[in-house]
Amino acid sequence: MKPSSHLFKTQAAAALADPELQRALRQATTDGFAAKRAAAVAAFPEFEALRERGRRIKDHALRHLDVYLARFAAAVETNGGRVHWAEDAATACSVILDICRQAGAAKVVKSKTMVGEEIGLNPALEAGGLEVVETDLGEYIIQLAGEPPSHIIAPAIHKTREQIGVLFDRHHHGGRAVRPHTVPNLVDEARHVLRGKFLEAEVGITGANFLVAETGTVVLVTNEGNADLSLTLPDTHIVVAGIEKVVPTLADATTLLRLLARSATGQEITTYTTFVTGARREGETDGPRNYHVVLVDNGRSRMLADEFREMLRCIRCGACMNHCPVYSAIGGHAYGWVYPGPMGSVLTPRMIGLDTAYDLPNACTLNGRCRSVCPVQIPLPALLRRLREQQFERGLGGKPTRWALRAWAWLARRPRLYQALTGTVAGLWSRLPGKRGAVRRLPFAAGWTASRDLPTPTDPTFLSQWRQKGKRHHD
Amino acid sequence: MPDHSSPPRVAVFVTCLADLLRPQVGFATVKLLEAAGCRVEVPTTQTCCGQPAYNSGDRADAQALARQTIAACEEFDYVVLPSGSCAGMLRQYPALLADDPAWAARARGLADKTYELVSFLTDVIRLDRLPPVRYHRTVTYHDACSGLRELGIREQPRRLLAQVEGLRLVEMRDTEVCCGFGGTFCVKYPEISARLATDKCAAIAATGADEVLAGDLGCLLNIAGRLRRDGSPVKARHVAEVLAGLTDSPAIGEDRA
Repeated sequence: MKPSSHLFKTQAAAALADPELQRALRQATTDGFAAKRAAAVAAFPEFEALRERGRRIKDHALRHLDVYLARFAAAVETNGGRVHWAEDAATACSVILDICRQAGAAKVVKSKTMVGEEIGLNPALEAGGLEVVETDLGEYIIQLAGEPPSHIIAPAIHKTREQIGVLFDRHHHGGRAVRPHTVPNLVDEARHVLRGKFLEAEVGITGANFLVAETGTVVLVTNEGNADLSLTLPDTHIVVAGIEKVVPTLADATTLLRLLARSATGQEITTYTTFVTGARREGETDGPRNYHVVLVDNGRSRMLADEFREMLRCIRCGACMNHCPVYSAIGGHAYGWVYPGPMGSVLTPRMIGLDTAYDLPNACTLNGRCRSVCPVQIPLPALLRRLREQQFERGLGGKPTRWALRAWAWLARRPRLYQALTGTVAGLWSRLPGKRGAVRRLPFAAGWTASRDLPTPTDPTFLSQWRQKGKRHHD
Repeated sequence: MPDHSSPPRVAVFVTCLADLLRPQVGFATVKLLEAAGCRVEVPTTQTCCGQPAYNSGDRADAQALARQTIAACEEFDYVVLPSGSCAGMLRQYPALLADDPAWAARARGLADKTYELVSFLTDVIRLDRLPPVRYHRTVTYHDACSGLRELGIREQPRRLLAQVEGLRLVEMRDTEVCCGFGGTFCVKYPEISARLATDKCAAIAATGADEVLAGDLGCLLNIAGRLRRDGSPVKARHVAEVLAGLTDSPAIGEDRA
């Protein structure tokens, strides 16, 4: 998708002023995912220990990524599949389009894949003349709406039930309201439409939650079973996955599965957890005849080599955004690219540019809640701060802010001057006539005073008073 | 290591916000530490811990202020700050100065003896009883993010507040959710910040408390400023003022009588 992260401030303001979006967000994040995760963690005392194990598994896999990727690829080929390596988004898309063409495909069904969004797979396939249908309910909704996902596990989290009903009526019934927009009705309707698509498609594309090196297995989780239909009904199954998804063993994958579902939706385990190890074998009655795995780098190996390696531990659970006060206030679209929230604020500047995505690392209060819930303990605030350092080093950001910061730091490095100045300001202010303890408006502080009064000095500074006291002591 | 036979020498790092906007937080800090048996001193070359620079990506200035603070405070047994956020910053100095061998060790030395005020009283001094203090109010407590998640401060202030005669503590919903201050965040992204402050003030108001207390002035200025703008009768104070019994003067941002 075309990034709009440079419009973050405008998009955030629009999101804050959108009552429907606000209603959808409030229901979904605070009352929904966060509460469900808390309940799941409370019921599972070993959770903290498991987080530590999850971190170690991912760190180990990343430290030996070359070894485990090679092992995974060899196992896939041994099982009769084909592995394709894609250095960037364009390569990945053209590899996948080629496979579809070789399969003589006209229709493709897709199960939700964030790396698919990252590489812009749908537009690439559509440009190649293919019909692409998303089969995850949320993803299907936003495909009809022509919107990008606003959450990595709940792509249509920003939509209310009423909005979805109207959308379905428009696309399925020529705008007529056929049935009441209840949840069961809407789900039924999508199921009915999608069932036909599953049966017609020649190619099914899925992502991967984990790649297991020891067996060449791809692990997929869904709550709708749409991945299973996408990969068993069409003749060709294509898996597209980031290279960081590989873990050494099935045991490692199950450890991470226990973390993933609890962190994401508060479930002990997702409704469907599928282990795919290749195409239909001789004597088997179902499954695809052709099986391909496309492994996407797209900047990941560069990240592996620098101080952002820890970000590659991410298992895409969405807990960081579910617990982020900023995400909860503005939703995912304001971030302007594929990955929103804290994890997106680290990934997006890396992928589309520190300049274009300037606001993302900065629009964060560094409150640390994301880090405290991350199932693999990614130090998100520290990574965001590191991005701010890189931006500062490159001279990005508004000149007035930079100058104000430098001037303040210059002063703070000179204690006598600093104390003389703050002492004078506080002394004068506290002697001003009137009894007000705060101001409603102050030049250069409009950002604060637009919505808050600004408490003002009411006494001489502490340090000047302390000094006076000391003098009296000695006199 | 501190010599346990004599009272510990404690440096108060008052923080730039308290120094300028709420000096009585500094006096409350001194009073509480002296009551706990500490020899309190206030290093005169202190200004700011460097957090605004650090969080804005200005590493060089943050390092310079870290060195200045280390030099000002390292001779003491402990450094105590009435702020979880600034105490957390001093604890970051070893990482900030990791590339500078001469200073990294000094930074580690300082970080190891740096504490936020309330947790210092409960966890280090192991103060069982506060000097008698009364405050007939219903209050609610906001857990400032840095103190809560970087330093594990949650029960400590509640334990001490329970000893204040007449004080009733009512917990708010989402007490661990950020108030929207976030240092420079609040002026860089004022609309988002205001929204978070509004949510926080709604949670405070829903408790029916007379006052909101917290351990960090950044949050308190934000919350007090928003409450005042809304015309809310709820007042805001630093927890140290209540624990030290320094509550005669107007609350934060409140007009003088």
